[in-house]
Amino acid sequence: MKFALKVVAATAAVLCVGGAFAQKGEVVKMVRIDPLTGLLGPVGVSQLKGYQFFAEKYSGLPVPGNPGHPGNPAGVKFEVVGVDNKLSPTESLNNLKAAIDQGVRYIIQGNGSSVALALSDAVTKHNERNPGKEVLFLNDSAVDPDLTNSKCSFWHFRFDADTSMKMEAMSSFMAEQKDIKKVYLLNQNYSHGVQVAKFAKETLARKRPDIQIVGEDLHPIAQVRDFAPYIAKIKASGADTVITGNWGSDLSLLVKAANEGGYTGKFFTYYAGVTGTPTALGTNGAGRVYQIAYSHYNMGGQMDKWMKEFKTKYNDDFYTGSTIRIFETLGAAMAKAKSTDPVKVAAALEAIKVKSFNGEVEIRKADHQLQQPLYMSVWEKASAKYPYSPENTGMTLALLKEYPNYVSSTPTSCQMKRPS
Amino acid sequence: MEFFIISMLNGLSYGLLLFMLSSGLTLIFSMMGVLNFAHASFYMIGAYVGYSISRMVGFWPALVIAPLVVAVLGALFERYFLRKVYKFGHVPELLITFGLTYVILELVQLVWGRIALEFRPPESLQGPAFTLINHSLKGLRLLWGAAPAELCSSADAAVRVVCSPFPATRAFMMLVALVMLVSVWLLLVRTRIGLVIQAALTHPEAVESLGHNVPAVFMLVFGAGAGLAGLAGVIGGSTFLTEPSMAAAVGSVIFVVVVVGGMGSLSGAFLASVLIGLVQTFAVAFDYSIGTLASQLGLQLGAGTLNNSFIKLTLSQVAPILPYLFLVLILIFRPKGLLGTREN
Amino acid sequence: MNSYYEFKPINVGRWLIWSLFALVLGVVPWLFSSSFSITILAQMGIAIIACLSYNMLLGQGGMLSFGHAVYTGLGSYLAIHALNSISDGSLPIPVSAVPLAGGLAGMGFALLFGYVTTKKAGTTFAMITLGLGELVFAMSLMIPEFFGGEGGVSGNRVAGSAFMGITYGPPIQVYYLTAVYTFFAVAAMFAFTRTPLGRMLNAVRDNPERVEFVGYNTQRIRYTAFVIAGFFAGVSGGLGALNFEIVTAEVVGAARSGAYLLFTFLGGATFFFGPIIGAVLMVLAFVLFSEFTKAWLLYLGLIFLFMVMYAPGGIASLIMMNLRLAMFGFLRRLWVSYLALAATAAVTLLGTATMIEMVYHMQLNSTLGSELLFMGTLLDSKGLNSWFGSVFLMLTGLGLFELCRRQFAKEWEQIQEDIEKEIKRRAAL
Repeated sequence: MKFALKVVAATAAVLCVGGAFAQKGEVVKMVRIDPLTGLLGPVGVSQLKGYQFFAEKYSGLPVPGNPGHPGNPAGVKFEVVGVDNKLSPTESLNNLKAAIDQGVRYIIQGNGSSVALALSDAVTKHNERNPGKEVLFLNDSAVDPDLTNSKCSFWHFRFDADTSMKMEAMSSFMAEQKDIKKVYLLNQNYSHGVQVAKFAKETLARKRPDIQIVGEDLHPIAQVRDFAPYIAKIKASGADTVITGNWGSDLSLLVKAANEGGYTGKFFTYYAGVTGTPTALGTNGAGRVYQIAYSHYNMGGQMDKWMKEFKTKYNDDFYTGSTIRIFETLGAAMAKAKSTDPVKVAAALEAIKVKSFNGEVEIRKADHQLQQPLYMSVWEKASAKYPYSPENTGMTLALLKEYPNYVSSTPTSCQMKRPS
Repeated sequence: MEFFIISMLNGLSYGLLLFMLSSGLTLIFSMMGVLNFAHASFYMIGAYVGYSISRMVGFWPALVIAPLVVAVLGALFERYFLRKVYKFGHVPELLITFGLTYVILELVQLVWGRIALEFRPPESLQGPAFTLINHSLKGLRLLWGAAPAELCSSADAAVRVVCSPFPATRAFMMLVALVMLVSVWLLLVRTRIGLVIQAALTHPEAVESLGHNVPAVFMLVFGAGAGLAGLAGVIGGSTFLTEPSMAAAVGSVIFVVVVVGGMGSLSGAFLASVLIGLVQTFAVAFDYSIGTLASQLGLQLGAGTLNNSFIKLTLSQVAPILPYLFLVLILIFRPKGLLGTREN
Repeated sequence: MNSYYEFKPINVGRWLIWSLFALVLGVVPWLFSSSFSITILAQMGIAIIACLSYNMLLGQGGMLSFGHAVYTGLGSYLAIHALNSISDGSLPIPVSAVPLAGGLAGMGFALLFGYVTTKKAGTTFAMITLGLGELVFAMSLMIPEFFGGEGGVSGNRVAGSAFMGITYGPPIQVYYLTAVYTFFAVAAMFAFTRTPLGRMLNAVRDNPERVEFVGYNTQRIRYTAFVIAGFFAGVSGGLGALNFEIVTAEVVGAARSGAYLLFTFLGGATFFFGPIIGAVLMVLAFVLFSEFTKAWLLYLGLIFLFMVMYAPGGIASLIMMNLRLAMFGFLRRLWVSYLALAATAAVTLLGTATMIEMVYHMQLNSTLGSELLFMGTLLDSKGLNSWFGSVFLMLTGLGLFELCRRQFAKEWEQIQEDIEKEIKRRAAL
């Protein structure tokens, strides 16, 4: 029997007795379907640790006077188990079926929009064909805008800001930088990269029509080792800034090549802080690599304490703030719905507002997209003001500007089909 | 102008790295008929071992020791694993190296972890080897080492100065590749063992019937091939990134090089790798697509067709997969490869 | 005198085996009835067709292909597009025929690519398929109209009119559809091996020069076989599209082609039923094995290595060798040896596995403390006890295994001689 799901099954057997009456102390089983091996394995493993860490902190009723253990108003106990989908959509569908068979009703996923789209579709079909056995899909990092636009679903909730939202905030920042005059767009040739390029052009045209897009390139993902030709091209175009949605080796090699090729322009990125990239960036790009995200390493207050605790316990960095938002909103929704049944919780979850570590966040009813503040930060040497250094590199992402919800909010074309 | 020169040098250095990798593969293939799928994995081992050794004793000793370690590993593999499958034919030989890739990948990840490692080149190789300064008034100038900041920008807005540094690591890569090419060539042509290997390149059965200890020679060649890959690994790992996916990234391209160059031909491998390196580098610079080509030829395509992704695909987007296109074309029109002597 | 039995006029043996096969296909979902198990079974059926079609190239034709996923994958894509056309009414075929659409697509692409691919056999063939596979995979992310980009193309199999109440909503219906297709595909491919074309394909594998002398065009034979294999590959892809209702770029990827190669070879490329075993193992390994242990890829690689070295005919050849023994009644002489081998091998494996698991645990799950539960015992990956214990287990197991193996080898040799004597004796009768 599957090692990880044995735990889930055992708990299910125990709980079969209880039924869904009392919420307090009730266990909400959640399965995270994400890669635990392979290219994005380290990211998935790190994020799973985050889930298990915070599941414990957000379980049970809130204890007054203990901000480090906030609990949730419904008093339920969250349990998160991880399964490895090897970044494959078909594998994820198998994992979904296995989880459903084990009685799990909350699925979490984040790495890879292809997987998210497959899961969203499968969950919708399953819920349609099996009333009474509905499952909710909580998406913590898959940023394809389609998930909350053309392919939106009542059963899908997204907790990361999507590509268009991040670009809105990024372009607002760039609009204020008067020294940015020529921009080059370098992206990976798949939907994410294509959308970054598309939204960059759109938003910049709106906010700073004087900025010239001097060049645009799309390269295959994770295949290019040598970015020197691209750097040469960027230099020849005279661009002073590069916007890129690249992640992983594609980002680290790009910045490395930029340093070697003598390119001194700025890089505006989405994913400089993801597992593995800080080490690869090292001191390269200090002061020139920017990141837009919904959190940063030096948020202060309780977040700081938690990040230190996480680092001591796991020797790893926590950066997936959407984890916390999931527990906060889910707890509030379960209290509001007075139930852990996914149909009732979903109805309560949409349009819920909670106070999170960086202000108030809300799930927009129209498309189930979390509206949240975004942060622009820059890669530089860790200092007394911004001391947290990921992966022991001595560098950090220092906050430059915060953008409240309304700045990054983008309109939606979602025509959501609600269950009657 | 400097764009052209720098691109030329980039393409050459990348091509030479490919050559370092594929020379070992060509040797092994020509000699033993074994297409070593795990060659890129030896490249990866070289990078990781080089990283560990350089952390202990420094980069320069690592440059010598790491390839030797990889060579020994390769020889051991040949002796204890590969030798057992010769009698089964060529397909099992290929398959065993195929299985080896999985095992090496897992073992490397086990020992060194799954995230990228920072394998820094030594101090003497950091920074540029030389800098080309293109001053719009004064013309092109070459400066050894890094150019100071004042020379790279000009106060006068009308004057454009572009500084293009060429990294020392790449120059070093080219140097090592050329030295390696020369020494391998000398070895094959001037020494006795080299003559035996050369003979076995084209007539392996005859060499065996002449009484040479062909199994020992096989072990030597396999080990040497793996060692060359390991050397490429030390250099590639310090110039680019040292991470678990580095084997998969170059794995298929070196097969392309070997096949396009011609099975059994070292000079063919050299030609093919330089060609592929240059083409890939220069293709990035061109943004032509079938759509632009059609409009230049005066063909009128409808708006729907023009918007089609296939028509819109530019040369720079397909640059990284051009080698595979070459592979397919060469195998259709000239299966022997560019300079190949044998087809199988 | 024949060394095997043959019934006349009805080939009872053949009828028995095929009926048994159909029975197993029909009954197995009642034994494993959870929704998850049923999808697994459906996937096994799909994999069986794919691996058998691959073996048409590898085992029967001697053509080592590194890009077979191209044909299954493209079949999947066309099938899902057909399904979407059925959904919006532009294609009036029943959903049950969607895999056939996939098959036609696979056949079409095989016709297109196969002509240049099959010009030469051997390494050239392998390299072209490798290059083509990489090309198609790279293109799949660049042409979103057909390939749907990163999110792939999704469809709904509950489409068109329900035939006799079968909507294909519940997975069990998809399973039975898959089972029917599997049965007929396996039967068809088996029949193919019995046709003159199938025989000539074997001849091309063994001695292409001789085939040319006999008057056949080797390239034409290879090409035809390639196209037929492409058809079945497409059928497999179409069934996959129905099962998952989504097709993403991974279906044409190198990892999938590699998996087909690995498991077909593991199951046994030299016998017809070998790939069936391989396909079942493939689904089990990818879906279940990886949940048991994080080191699954390492185990897979090692198993493959040892298989290639010691049993290149795959599991099927091991079964057949022992079947041969059983036919002569000598199998019972070996059962003690087999038992001893199995026991010592198990001990060695236990020791090795424990060590590997501990190392993996230290690397991946160090956050959960240094203790792990493995096969019911609590191990401490930082404790000397656990390490010493597992090393001791492994070494003793290895030593005893070697002793048993030598004894077994002696007995095996003896039995082979006895079989030879028996054959001569029967021939003399």
